[in-house]
Amino acid sequence: MCTVDTMGVQRDANLMMMGDGDVKVGDYVLLHIGFVMNKIDDEEALASIDTYKEILELMDEEERKKAILEDDECPNRGL
Amino acid sequence: MAELELKNLYDDFRDGKTIEAYAKLIAQDAKKLKKPINIMEVCGGHTHTIMKFGLPQLLPDNVNFIHGPGCPVCIMPKERIDHAYVLSMQEDVILVTLGDMIKVPGSNGSLQDARAKGADVRFVYSPMECLKIASENPTKTVIFFAIGFETTTPMTAVLVEQVIKLKVPNILFHINHVTVPEVMVELIDSRDEHVDSYNHQIDAFLGPSHVSVISGSKIYDKFPEEYKKPVVVTGFEPVDAMEGISMIVKQFVEERCDLEIQYKRVVNHEGNLKAQELIAKYFEKMSLFRWRGLGNVPDSGLKLRAEFAQYDAEVKYNEVLPKAEIEDHKLCICGDILRGMAKPKDCTIFGTACKPTTPIGSCMVSSEGACAAYYKYGDLV
Repeated sequence: MCTVDTMGVQRDANLMMMGDGDVKVGDYVLLHIGFVMNKIDDEEALASIDTYKEILELMDEEERKKAILEDDECPNRGL
Repeated sequence: MAELELKNLYDDFRDGKTIEAYAKLIAQDAKKLKKPINIMEVCGGHTHTIMKFGLPQLLPDNVNFIHGPGCPVCIMPKERIDHAYVLSMQEDVILVTLGDMIKVPGSNGSLQDARAKGADVRFVYSPMECLKIASENPTKTVIFFAIGFETTTPMTAVLVEQVIKLKVPNILFHINHVTVPEVMVELIDSRDEHVDSYNHQIDAFLGPSHVSVISGSKIYDKFPEEYKKPVVVTGFEPVDAMEGISMIVKQFVEERCDLEIQYKRVVNHEGNLKAQELIAKYFEKMSLFRWRGLGNVPDSGLKLRAEFAQYDAEVKYNEVLPKAEIEDHKLCICGDILRGMAKPKDCTIFGTACKPTTPIGSCMVSSEGACAAYYKYGDLV
């Protein structure tokens, strides 16, 4: 057994589905009906978050370009 | 490298701007699609996310969802619910199950109704609570009515193991565990035979999250290879879902047909091998399991291995358990909804006679059911 903390709420979790040494104190884990199903892979989670940042930047850049183009095409421009 | 913080796992995978960015990316890519695509989210957890966050309205018209049968409560045929009801009414029995199961109406009523008539029916957060219930009630027989896909099967296996190891004399099991790949095959095959409507054709699957944590993505290897259906194993958060959809759309644009994992932070190809060993040790395939709405799906159900028959409530109470198959209420279209052939709003009793407080069909009972999700969040689509 182990104790897991979910946003300040502490509860017991069963480790019988995990191998010896698979999880250690301080790891993030996926919990389901009282069992630890797996450890959350920090590197993969951070890699996803990096991808999201890149997509946000890409979309922001496209929005910016679109806004400039629309501005260029504005018939009232220069009036 | 930056350190992962708890708020990353909550905020970054639910971030509205990221969802919006994916919506734009999907819309851009979808313009290059040669024909519209229908994506089946197999799992009820995904249906819930999709409806809760109003994802259908963020997608272009040529990318559609078909809701799948991945809600363990919804797919339970009435005769299995009747088993639970009958078992709960036996003398000196405590029937234990998980969550929503107690609200599903069988032909005699729900487990809640059985409780109102004096039966001892309890629902628990974790199957392991059965050990405590059994030790506090040594003169009673505790029957664990086990439900769920690959996600919850190993937990039941752990309980079986503990019952044997600790020589607990008063816990039995009624097993209703089912498996995902077999029903995906059934959904594809039944369409090939019966369905010519384009609207109902499945073009790709959003692969379940937690099932795949246990089984690994290897259980879907055959879908791109043999059935030419892409599968993207996707997480439950809304950003996960949008990224998963984006990955599927990209596959069609690039004319690829692959198995991919979006939910890499917890899913890999092999899965949780210890959990798989536990499942294999205590369970074996049932030749047929009848799914609500889908009928008999070969090799999709599990039962306790013959050597553990002494723990099997279906064996011990065989004489009192009803055997006949029971059809659904004639106005209920849960069957079609579970096949992905209809949406909840196609049902004439949706939201009128059938509501979460007075469910007629199982899809209205479980929070993972498509009807319950449409009822709660339906105004968003």
